[in-house]
Amino acid sequence: MSSATGQKPVTEDLAREFGLTAEEYGNVLSIMGRTPSLTELGIFSVMWSEHCSYKSSRVWLRTLPTTAPWVIHGPGENAGVVDIGQGLAAIFKMESHNHPSFIEPYQGAATGVGGILRDVFTMGARPVANLNALRFGSPESPQTRRIVDGVVRGIGGYGNCVGVPTVGGEINFHPAYDGNPLVNAMTVGIARQDRIFLSAAAGIGNPVVYVGSKTGRDGIHGATMSSSEFDEDALAKRPTVQVGDPFVEKLLIEACLELMATDAIVAIQDMGAAGLTSSSVEMAGKGGVGIDLDLDAVPQRERGMTAYEMMLSESQERMLIVIHPDRTEVARAIFEKWELDFAIIGHLTDTGHIVVRHQGRVEADIPLDPLADQAPLYRRPTAPSPEPAPLGPITDPVGIEQALIRLIGCPDLASRAWVWNQYDSTVGGQTVKRPGAADAAIVKVEGTSLGLALTTDCTPRYCRADARQGGAQAVAEAWRNIVATGARPLAVTDNLNFGSPEKPEVMGQFVAAIEGMGEACRALDFPVVSGNVSLYNETRGPDGSSVSILPTPAIGGLGVLDDVNRAIGLAMPDEGTLVLVGATHGELGQSLWLREIHGREDGAPPAVDLAAERRNGDFVRQQIESGHVLACHDVSDGGILVALAEMAMAGEAGCILYAPQSGMRPEAFWFGEDQSRYVVAVRDAEAFTLAATAAGVETRVLGQVGGDGLTLPSGATISKARLKAVNSAFFPALMDD
Amino acid sequence: MKAGIVVFPGTNRERDMAIALRVVTGREPVMIWHGETDLPDLDLVVLPGGFSYGDYLRCGAMAAHAPIMPAIRRFAEAGGHILGVCNGFQILTEAGLLPGALLRNGALRFLSQDCHLRVERDDTPFTRRWKAGDVFRAPMAHGDGNYIADDATIRELEDSGRIAFRYSRPDGRVDEGDRQTNPNGSVRAIAGVLSANLRICGMMPHPEDLVDPLMGGEDGKPLFEGLVEALVR
Repeated sequence: MSSATGQKPVTEDLAREFGLTAEEYGNVLSIMGRTPSLTELGIFSVMWSEHCSYKSSRVWLRTLPTTAPWVIHGPGENAGVVDIGQGLAAIFKMESHNHPSFIEPYQGAATGVGGILRDVFTMGARPVANLNALRFGSPESPQTRRIVDGVVRGIGGYGNCVGVPTVGGEINFHPAYDGNPLVNAMTVGIARQDRIFLSAAAGIGNPVVYVGSKTGRDGIHGATMSSSEFDEDALAKRPTVQVGDPFVEKLLIEACLELMATDAIVAIQDMGAAGLTSSSVEMAGKGGVGIDLDLDAVPQRERGMTAYEMMLSESQERMLIVIHPDRTEVARAIFEKWELDFAIIGHLTDTGHIVVRHQGRVEADIPLDPLADQAPLYRRPTAPSPEPAPLGPITDPVGIEQALIRLIGCPDLASRAWVWNQYDSTVGGQTVKRPGAADAAIVKVEGTSLGLALTTDCTPRYCRADARQGGAQAVAEAWRNIVATGARPLAVTDNLNFGSPEKPEVMGQFVAAIEGMGEACRALDFPVVSGNVSLYNETRGPDGSSVSILPTPAIGGLGVLDDVNRAIGLAMPDEGTLVLVGATHGELGQSLWLREIHGREDGAPPAVDLAAERRNGDFVRQQIESGHVLACHDVSDGGILVALAEMAMAGEAGCILYAPQSGMRPEAFWFGEDQSRYVVAVRDAEAFTLAATAAGVETRVLGQVGGDGLTLPSGATISKARLKAVNSAFFPALMDD
Repeated sequence: MKAGIVVFPGTNRERDMAIALRVVTGREPVMIWHGETDLPDLDLVVLPGGFSYGDYLRCGAMAAHAPIMPAIRRFAEAGGHILGVCNGFQILTEAGLLPGALLRNGALRFLSQDCHLRVERDDTPFTRRWKAGDVFRAPMAHGDGNYIADDATIRELEDSGRIAFRYSRPDGRVDEGDRQTNPNGSVRAIAGVLSANLRICGMMPHPEDLVDPLMGGEDGKPLFEGLVEALVR
């Protein structure tokens, strides 16, 4: 064994620099029976990084429900796969690109989109929709504008060019994200169920093919960067951020799908985090075979790259394919047509080792089983979060009208049109409900009657107050948003963004959030089929203190409509009666009203009653399916009155509201954030409420559609023009546009 | 009507265009790979939207020199009908088949939103199903749609009636200086132009994405229906 000349000697100190603990490095030594080469140390360090090994989260992720009769592939593949009927499958996943997006927002966000697209088309699906879940720092923070600008441009720049519509998403602002924004990107694709491609390599001697872009020195050690906290030198890590090329990605999608229509592929995986290392190790490991790689054959962008650099490069838009040997020329012709690199860079072996050769030397020779089996696994200490103190008596200093105006103009509720309008949401010609038109985006499955309902959801302030309730709420809201369109919720992907797992209180939040998510997923038959964990979302200030983000378990939900023509939106119709579905207790703890009017973020978040959630949702969906509902909007941030204002702003008509529930303070009724509720517009309110009573579902008539604004029970009318002006002011003002 | 859609590397609205053509013609359009050097027998050539060659040089600049382009030029010289939408419009201007150029949007941001287009004349194959002055809705989705040409060219286009569409308010009023109604800042709010023989039309917005009530309307359909009427044989 020798390593390239001029490279650093491998020591425990270097291992620590690479992110391995002394104990982990001890395991490396015992697996290898010798001091590893630099390339070998690099392979161990990325494969055992938090990002690739899930060493702090694995034991907890296993507790989530992942099966249902309609689940074809759950976690463990590149993305989750569910049966949507007619022989088709939806393939989807959400993934974070948080750390790179702080360092270089445009490229960080762009390559986040690129990476999640590859996870989906690598399984044989044509990507049909992108969504995202974004968290930014306080609008007052000097960094926020730069980050919002770059992230939005990056998502648009990549998604628009590859021609996959960006149809939905969510955005929050909070000072806890000042130095650590969250960029979670989700892709949904469609494949034939009999044409799904997996990553387990098979067939000793089969060639291993590299396709896509050339390998450069970008992104080396990106995975380990994403597995540690930020410090004041974070911006100096810019060279670890990858650079995306959406044009090449577009060619790669078309070339891969063309190749997938032949029978050439044995296994395929994209080169994501830790690039060539993770793709080759995981493909061979899953297949129980060995793999020999000849790095001299790797297409290279620059001269003089070492084995270490090539194995750890995170250059984008690359795929690794194990191919049937008699089909290599068919495959080569397809990639040449699309003007992409195509190179046979190795073959499968029966050694059970990964062997990396470069310029006549063996640069790495690692047994694959122990690399996977002996990967670190931690059950880190947890500490419970303190119970939120009860809210206590609270007054309304401003009145209903003023509060509504303040709420719909606040950063978390203001119109996102400035953002959506930079994302191509119509390319593909299948977008039935664009951003803002319904609680979930609706995308038709081309050539069928099917529609997909897609949403991303999480309420981080609830999660901080009570991670268990917050975890359940995130799942329940995603489910509710799908139901509100008339679709049948099928499954979720999760993107668990938390602080440092080495802090017991953060680990406590993580475990509690997973417990809450698991309960909700089970109660709603809404299993987790894919996901991603992003830890160490912390920033270290100059004084050395470390600040965690709000716990943010973002949920990406997917549902299906058998007849997409039956999908409904949230826009106020021209006629009808407005009915509230679900019970109201006036929960103001952690509400936006409390934050925007009183400047307080306290109290317990609203309780999630999963039995009521299920009952109310199933009732609403049946009513929509039967054609009785004209419009539907779930009640979430800001409560009933905000929901009504949003319906009015999206539609042509306004509404005239009746007095609130007696025995309850008006602000608690109108702005409380009680869960499991919907506002529906129906033609026949009597029939609707009778059916609800029969189903054991509580309803309350809120008012009538009519007028040009929101007419409050006091008789005062807030015109739609005023609502819209207030609602649309925030983003242009923040971005100075 | 036999239609062909040209696919460059990076084209991404060829499927949308195929759907629209299928809806009105009932037949599948031919896909033409950029590497071809001859066109099949066609009544209409469509250059669809996307980011040909990544738009890394100037939008449409590389595609204007693709192997298929000489054949498209011959088709145009022989009086063939060509529709270029979005990137297709940019390619037609780069190829010199239509005058002017498309700059970055005035606000320097990508714009994806519905806009309203006023039909400027109704005696062309592209506009015959409308009346001059009609307004229709269409999604726009571009970063570089800010139409510009020198004063003399603009004067000539105006004088010879070669403006096909202008961005307008829903009531048909045109206001060049208003970002709400002329979102990308195009000179004279020009959204689409015609060749001198009225057989080549380039436009930035996407009528092909509004041909189905399910997707929000059929506002874009008359353009394709008009072509079918004019070019049927």
